Amino acid sequence: MTPSTTEHPPAPAGRVLIPTPDDHRIARHAAAAIVLTVAEAAIPLPLPGVKPGLGNIITLVVLARWGWRDAAWVALLRVLVGSLLLGQFLAPGFFLSLSGALLSLAALGLASRLPKRWFGPVSHSILAAFAHIGGQLIVARLWLVPHDGVFFLVPVFALASTVFGLVNGLVAAKLLDEEGAVRP
Amino acid sequence: MKSTAALRPWLAAWAAYLRPGDGLVLVLGLGVCIGAALSLWQGGRPDKAIIKTRGEVFLEVPLSAPRIIEVPGPLGITRIEIQPGKARVASDPGLRQYCVRQGWLNTAGAVAICAPNQVSLALSGRRSDYDSLNY
Repeated sequence: MTPSTTEHPPAPAGRVLIPTPDDHRIARHAAAAIVLTVAEAAIPLPLPGVKPGLGNIITLVVLARWGWRDAAWVALLRVLVGSLLLGQFLAPGFFLSLSGALLSLAALGLASRLPKRWFGPVSHSILAAFAHIGGQLIVARLWLVPHDGVFFLVPVFALASTVFGLVNGLVAAKLLDEEGAVRP
Repeated sequence: MKSTAALRPWLAAWAAYLRPGDGLVLVLGLGVCIGAALSLWQGGRPDKAIIKTRGEVFLEVPLSAPRIIEVPGPLGITRIEIQPGKARVASDPGLRQYCVRQGWLNTAGAVAICAPNQVSLALSGRRSDYDSLNY
């Protein structure tokens, strides 16, 4: 038999990407965060824009264990892939998530410099949640709802940030505690 | 109760993950919530009533103390009642009594118009929910 002409040519040599252990670690954590994001999308919520943000638990754990750079990768991969899976990519919701994620990463960068003895994952989580609604409100006010009416909902968003920030922070602290017990 | 007794160690187990500064951040967050609610959700509270007759301001009264104001118009006397935070047209010589049947007005920007007697009552506040009404 003659060789088929539709057969794939061999991969060109010299252009092979070898994933480093760093890549594997980031991919693993991002995958966990994406699963939480997709699962959370199934929960019915009364107000658009108010959701627990469970994927951020992973961001907090990664921030505490591996540092800000890994946390930024995980958070941004989660926003990108989560929006692709949910059919939201480049839709308004995607830009709201992205602006929220960017501002909360900035907040996490600052918050992780606070003394560790006094400020733990719960502080990081609440501060990041407030930065998240801040970023979303900026995009919403400038682009989606160019009217001061959006600020009418600020108290609701602030309360959601505080509550979900507390819950996510506590879960992250528990996970870190258990992880530390397994691998000291 | 059994359920609250079971709840306490559960809460204590979670509270163990809080560091001292976390409590501070939590209180600050709640403070922002309360501050935002107080500053953003009270714009509709009126602080004074503006009474007009024949298109001109007859009287501006603060909505602080109860008071009854008698406004003369072409058909007779329109009686306006002021109470802390609200006002109404108590009686009017007009035929259909629309402004009387509106009852108490209690939001900034609310208006009761007694057209036959050419009297209007409007509430104004620091920030009105709306600045004009069209029919």
